[in-house]
Amino acid sequence: MAKTLFDKIWEKHVVKEIEGGPSVFYIDRHLIHEVTSPQAFAGLEKRGLKVLRPQQVVATADHNVPTLNQHLPIKEALSRLQVEKLKENCEKFGIELYGLGHPYQGIVHVIGPELGITQPGMTIVCGDSHTSTHGAFGTISFGIGTSEVEMVLATQCLMQSKPKLMRINVDGELNKGVVSKDIVLYILSLISASGATGYAVEFAGSAIRSLSMEARMTICNMSIEMGARCGLIAPDETTFNYIKGKVFAPKDGAWDKALAYWKTLFSDSDAAFDHEININAADIEPMITYGTNPGMGVGVSGHVPVLNEVNDQEKPSFEKSLQYMGLQPGENIKGHKVDYVFIGSCTNSRIEDLRMVASFVKGKKKADDVEVWIVPGSKQVEQQAIAEGIDKVFLEAGFQLRQPGCSACLAMNEDKIPAGKYCISTSNRNFEGRQGPNARTFLASPLSAAAAAISGKVEDVRDYMN
Amino acid sequence: MGKAINIIRSTVVPLQDENVDTDQIIPARFLKATSREGFGKNLFRDWRYINDDETTPKADFALNNPAYSGKILVAGKNFGCGSSREHAAWAIKDYGFDVVVSSFFADIFKNNSLNNFLLPVTVSDEFLQKIFAAVEKDPTTEVEVNLGEQTITIISTGDSQSFDINNYKKTCLLNGYDDIDYLINMKQEIEAFEKANA
Ligand code: SF4
Repeated sequence: MAKTLFDKIWEKHVVKEIEGGPSVFYIDRHLIHEVTSPQAFAGLEKRGLKVLRPQQVVATADHNVPTLNQHLPIKEALSRLQVEKLKENCEKFGIELYGLGHPYQGIVHVIGPELGITQPGMTIVCGDSHTSTHGAFGTISFGIGTSEVEMVLATQCLMQSKPKLMRINVDGELNKGVVSKDIVLYILSLISASGATGYAVEFAGSAIRSLSMEARMTICNMSIEMGARCGLIAPDETTFNYIKGKVFAPKDGAWDKALAYWKTLFSDSDAAFDHEININAADIEPMITYGTNPGMGVGVSGHVPVLNEVNDQEKPSFEKSLQYMGLQPGENIKGHKVDYVFIGSCTNSRIEDLRMVASFVKGKKKADDVEVWIVPGSKQVEQQAIAEGIDKVFLEAGFQLRQPGCSACLAMNEDKIPAGKYCISTSNRNFEGRQGPNARTFLASPLSAAAAAISGKVEDVRDYMN
Repeated sequence: MGKAINIIRSTVVPLQDENVDTDQIIPARFLKATSREGFGKNLFRDWRYINDDETTPKADFALNNPAYSGKILVAGKNFGCGSSREHAAWAIKDYGFDVVVSSFFADIFKNNSLNNFLLPVTVSDEFLQKIFAAVEKDPTTEVEVNLGEQTITIISTGDSQSFDINNYKKTCLLNGYDDIDYLINMKQEIEAFEKANA
């Protein structure tokens, strides 16, 4: 029978099916961080359990860490305690930790791929919703809660019901100035922040195939913003070339064996999906969000919807959202003032993102009244940026290149956008208060963020390209 | 092991907002604790208080309205979207709710709730609006959720609807046991699976 990519991976990981219930589902790799793991370890201890397969778990410190002076002790007591607790738990339970100061430290969804931990056909979980990122390699990867973190630590398994399957095909050529972040914001604007709830979403089509691995990760990263259980893309030569030679990639004979298996991971041509959406890449323009969920986005030349474009039931939420953002129905977003620019997060903090920004701003200076934070996704990205001289481009432009972590994506550390201020951000969530209490977020691509940094306003990057 | 649930009859707290994300339910800055207790205090923190402290409650927010109380939270569609933080379920449970009713739940939140004996009940859009209307008319309106029968009923109007829950989860909730209890007993099968797939 014809199978989808998802089916093929799913079937290989079912330990047992339960009548009328979920399946016992095996997890290959488990990533953990300081925020969602302490209660899970406490639970294990309370039950007197060990970690079943510590060598299949990898830990890092990212959510809470400062992005300046990482060599000093963390100032904020509770953050420090959480990071220390992670270290203590990893030592106690025999788990590899890439903590502060380690050359592999970074945002959990950036380091998995760049270290070659993430490989096609795997099942990967983490106590973090953006685990969907790893789906770019043809994996089933999803975020879990802390009770589930405890389950996976104890048994390497979870109870999972099989989701429905959706395929989103993006075909054709992308317009200039349009990058993968715009593709995913565009999809979100079409199907809304709940449009894929209950589904695993496979992204396919020629426009997706043409993307680099890092660009594919940006798309799968935000599949959770559509409500999807996970997002995935069939692995191909681009995938294999990316993985080859990475620290934890299979070597020699193991590589050949792995590769032969990976090449079987695609949806059969006649495989059935519960739902399918076709998108023409040429319809996508640089995107920007105006509201307080990632589905509230428009092309940058567009405007905030007017009231009669919104259906009745959604009006109260829509109006509340605009009130929070300080925007009017029908208002143009292009030209709107921004106070902060944040380039970072597991969506857009990889080396290609930094290169994209650097090539745009080279020789330019930021606007005087804008503060610009560039937060690399990992220690390796930071080192690479320095090796390529990108740090100097940023310095000359007046940007701050900080140290790796989640930073202003969720503002758990000191990197908060002040109340009422506007931040154009390459992260994934524009929720109320996400970047700090009463902070206002415009989500956009690294390119659009770079353009805004220079003029201090929301720009259409196409105006700067010939 | 948790506390078993079966029949919950109570007044409700109506929260009509849609797309309530877990960052609103419990803002990130309160995720620094290393235990599971005490999150109820910061439930909807930024919607409950005007300043970032506990001095000035926002009068128009449902949780601050003295007319509303109870063990059942009724919310607009796509409740619990966004971050996977289980702290959101902990906060709602710790505040005193046993049930959340909505016309649509985000996946991860639903799982997290079930793992914490907080019952997510999905109803139709019309039924949700009926509850909101009944409570608006009379805040002392009671709603009964019967897990065994899989029904939800507005007592005053007699309106009733059945809801879905998979059998396995239902049994867990009715008996107060959780997935880990089940999975630990699967140890031999898990090891056999690992050997077969090595
Ligand atoms: S960068 Fe943001 S979205 Fe990504 S893991 Fe960190 S907090 Fe979550």
